[in-house]
Amino acid sequence: MSRSEPILKVENITKSFGSAEILKGVGLELPKGAIKILIGPSGGGKSTLLQCLNCLVTPDSGTIWFNGGVVNIQKSKELYAFRQQVGMIFQDFNLFDHLTALDNIIIALCKVKKMSKQQARERAMTELDQVGLGDKGHLYPAELSGGQKQRVAIARALAMDPKVLLLDEPTSALDPELVGEVVAVIRSLAHKGMTMIMATHQISLIRNLADEILFMKDGLIAERGTPDELLGKGCGTLSQGFCDKLNEIAGEES
Amino acid sequence: MDDMAFFRELVTGLNRGLLMSVMLIIPSALGGLIIGIVAGALRAFGNSLVIRIGDGYAALFRGTPLVVQLFVLYFGLPNVGIYLTPYWAAVTGFMLCSGAYQSEYVRGALLSIKRNQYLGAQALGFTRLQTIFWVIIPQAMRRALPGCGNEIIYLIKYSSLAYIVTFMELTGEGKTIATEYFRFTEVFLVIGFYYLILVSVAKIILRKTEKALEVPGFGSV
Ligand SMILES: Nc1ncnc2c1ncn2[C@@H]1O[C@H](COP(=O)(O)OP(=O)(O)O)[C@@H](O)[C@H]1O
Ligand SMILES: [Mg+2]
Repeated sequence: MSRSEPILKVENITKSFGSAEILKGVGLELPKGAIKILIGPSGGGKSTLLQCLNCLVTPDSGTIWFNGGVVNIQKSKELYAFRQQVGMIFQDFNLFDHLTALDNIIIALCKVKKMSKQQARERAMTELDQVGLGDKGHLYPAELSGGQKQRVAIARALAMDPKVLLLDEPTSALDPELVGEVVAVIRSLAHKGMTMIMATHQISLIRNLADEILFMKDGLIAERGTPDELLGKGCGTLSQGFCDKLNEIAGEES
Repeated sequence: MDDMAFFRELVTGLNRGLLMSVMLIIPSALGGLIIGIVAGALRAFGNSLVIRIGDGYAALFRGTPLVVQLFVLYFGLPNVGIYLTPYWAAVTGFMLCSGAYQSEYVRGALLSIKRNQYLGAQALGFTRLQTIFWVIIPQAMRRALPGCGNEIIYLIKYSSLAYIVTFMELTGEGKTIATEYFRFTEVFLVIGFYYLILVSVAKIILRKTEKALEVPGFGSV
């Protein structure tokens, strides 16, 4: 695989729910180490697009390439193997409620990666340490704060050694004072070179992390470009208008 | 003198009946639970035909009196060449009736598992079967447990209907002695006490099970 070849690439993804056309032909490429950020109004199709990328939502049409090959999503075996390598972080964490933080990670390693219990435990501990929760492994999701839950979810995804991480508004369900701890973890992932695509309204993440901003509206990517191109002073782009509004809201809150 | 004979016969008879009742209740409860789990899962996840059949089963056995079901099994089936012993007629009736109620609790519990739990598992690469086995069932089990436990307690009490198909369990034995000595009040008070003990034992077991499966923020729904 050449350096420039994307790890994940999709073309012409469409998806309708009933008569509503939610994605109207979306394409994007994620080269190794790239960080792309999806922004845009609520209902624009960001979550649906992200879930199409790992086929949690089955696209009506379109093609998905992973690591240079087309993913045949009709074959469940191929689909499961593909999903293992694509981590996903959800807005509301999606931790397994009946398992402790540690067991949330262990079960994925044991059942999906077929690791031994002992190996899985060690790996899980390492990942929890990485997100600063080494001492919280014995707690259940109901006993953790939102920020802690999201950090466990990130640790769980990373334990699977994903080649790409999809993040769907990872800080949107958090109380303002808990956003920082999750942002810090995401930043450190970026510094380590993790390939990511993230929907977010977190202004600090948009400006500082994005290699490219994708502005989604009505099921299409309406604008795309680097933060400088789209958010520079007086560019008058949709993205800039949107971020100005986010800034206003952030200003009012603080 | 007369009292001594009465009480001796009462205790011997009721103890024999108690053993018979336990032999009815345990297989009926287990069978009912298994039927309930299978029927509940089919009613939650089956295709529309399977769901219709499952719903029909539950509606039939929840909608008719247990007495009628037992009569059909014991007195009706011989008309089509199927002969059940009193014991098996009673156990079959209890299993089918209890299974219908259990399937309601199981179905409700399965459907109550939030979609995000499926998504979380699928995103990690769990297969459908792994998701059901390692995420959905462990959670649904905890949700269903209080309802299923309650149903078993009901079963203990309605097992007394077995005497209708001539199976001599606790109530049947007691009734015979009561008629013989014409001492209904005392006999039925003692029978009630026996059931109270059975139910208390069942409750203790259920509570221990719930404790063992307890997870913070879970099950207290
Ligand atoms: N499973 C679904 N069934 C029906 N409509 C859906 C479903 N998922 C999303 N939608 C609709 O698709 C639209 C886009 O939603 P979403 O992808 O969540 O947008 P965003 O994440 O940008 O807010 C919304 O109007 C939403 O109601
Ligand atoms: Mg969304």
